[in-house]
Amino acid sequence: MMAGSVVTRALQPFAALGAFFITTSEVVGGMGVMFGRIISRLVRFAFDRSELLKNLYKMGVKSVPIVVVTALFTGGIMVIQAAPLVQRYGAHGLLGWGAGFGTLREIGPLLTALMISGRVGANNTAELGTMVVTEQIDALRALAIDPISFLIVPRFIGIVTTLFLSTVFADALALFGAAYAGTGILGVEPMVFYNGLTSGLLGLGDVFHGLIKSVVFGIVIALASCQFGITTSGGAPGVGRAVNSTVVVSAAGIFVLDYIVSFAIG
Amino acid sequence: MVEAAEPSPESAVGHIDEDAIVRERTGLAWVGGSVLDLLGAARAMYSVFVKTLYYSVRGVRRPGAVAQQMYEVGNKSLVFLCVVMGFIGMILVFQAGLQAKRVVPDLSLLGATFLELLVRDLAASISALMLATRVGAGIAAEIGSMVVTEQVDALRMCAADPVDYLIVPRFKASIVMTTVLVVLAAGVAFTTGMLTGYAFFDINPRTFVNMSMVDAGDLTIGLAKCVAYGAAIPVVSGYCGLSTFGGSEGVGWATTRAVVNASLAVIILNFFISGAGFLIFG
Repeated sequence: MMAGSVVTRALQPFAALGAFFITTSEVVGGMGVMFGRIISRLVRFAFDRSELLKNLYKMGVKSVPIVVVTALFTGGIMVIQAAPLVQRYGAHGLLGWGAGFGTLREIGPLLTALMISGRVGANNTAELGTMVVTEQIDALRALAIDPISFLIVPRFIGIVTTLFLSTVFADALALFGAAYAGTGILGVEPMVFYNGLTSGLLGLGDVFHGLIKSVVFGIVIALASCQFGITTSGGAPGVGRAVNSTVVVSAAGIFVLDYIVSFAIG
Repeated sequence: MVEAAEPSPESAVGHIDEDAIVRERTGLAWVGGSVLDLLGAARAMYSVFVKTLYYSVRGVRRPGAVAQQMYEVGNKSLVFLCVVMGFIGMILVFQAGLQAKRVVPDLSLLGATFLELLVRDLAASISALMLATRVGAGIAAEIGSMVVTEQVDALRMCAADPVDYLIVPRFKASIVMTTVLVVLAAGVAFTTGMLTGYAFFDINPRTFVNMSMVDAGDLTIGLAKCVAYGAAIPVVSGYCGLSTFGGSEGVGWATTRAVVNASLAVIILNFFISGAGFLIFG
């Protein structure tokens, strides 16, 4: 009895490690299978058009205020962080370049993805989870309506489109915010800022670098939120747990893929 | 900027049709309604904050509850935070190195600049954004489920203020654990950044580890951010949890609002603390 409990306790870390890997592979595998199913519907154009429009409105248009606030403040923060360096070296002309490359390549897509993951991804999980808990998905199946075509694919397209367009929007607004924060804090004229931005150190490549990432982030957020939403179980607390897992997995996925994509496209 | 509570769930398909109410309000009524919703939410959040502060000082002390929340907030976020911050360190050094090479050929100051940026801002802000999603969603989901299953009403029946009983332990735990986690996260990010610098740009780790640029001002700003974020996350998400209504759907909505509002709180606090820090310390 005693020896048994000691052995059990000694093996506990390994059991936890194994459980961790099993859950992780379950999540990643589930997302992969989901992605395959979504693609198979996408190539056949088998999805609900009115549901798509509704989701585009609800996800895209409704997220504009959050994207605007986040982007303006992010631009300001970028300038404040660059300010000591700029003052130390007196490189006022380089402020536009510094804030520009940081915003376009990393911070713009990253922060927009995090906010959209909170606003849209979590929301999506909550909605799908509620439908699962109240057996509405079973009702769809009973009516011979494919839940993937009807619910998942429109949401997938909605999230990816929303994030891509929001990133374009956020990049522009963040640079706008940065230009005026530069005037307010460092006394750098907006024209000097814009010159630094367009002086040739930054190219279209930097903009596309960020935009490619935003598409990848959108796919991760969409897959995670649909997967956790559709596998919800256990009433109201279950919905809360599903939303929690969605935001955690989306955030971790965003950062891991950020590195891989940055490295792959250089 | 606060996402106001959503209108009540009434829809054929079963999810909250948030447009239903908005469609009724058009033009000026929409603007006015939104502003009123926003002000109402801000006032409610402020009252939760004041109550939390009051009960933190005057309320019943529950060391057990605080310790349990510290485990929930701190230990359970450890792996997640280390993974994220590890990747952040690699990404930032990789991107900064690529860009800096276009302007200056000498990358020997990359490590010092990176460390200053981490201490001043990135370690605290990115960790806090991650904690806002993980911890904020967790708090809102937990408290929201308690509201929906009428456990919070039961608390009130027992003359226990839900703010005192539920939010105060999370508030205390979050302030301590956020600070601890941020220090750890800075270490993780700096280590992975150092390895990236060595692997891609041949920067000697001895050159990379250069603390000459970090001064007392940077440390003060960084620590002030830790405390501010640690205090903001449980208050904002606790408020979102307590204002839950309407079954399992309501819990989902509350969790969503907690994540969005806590993240926005972090970004806005970051802007003001960074600005104040720059004006004070230069």
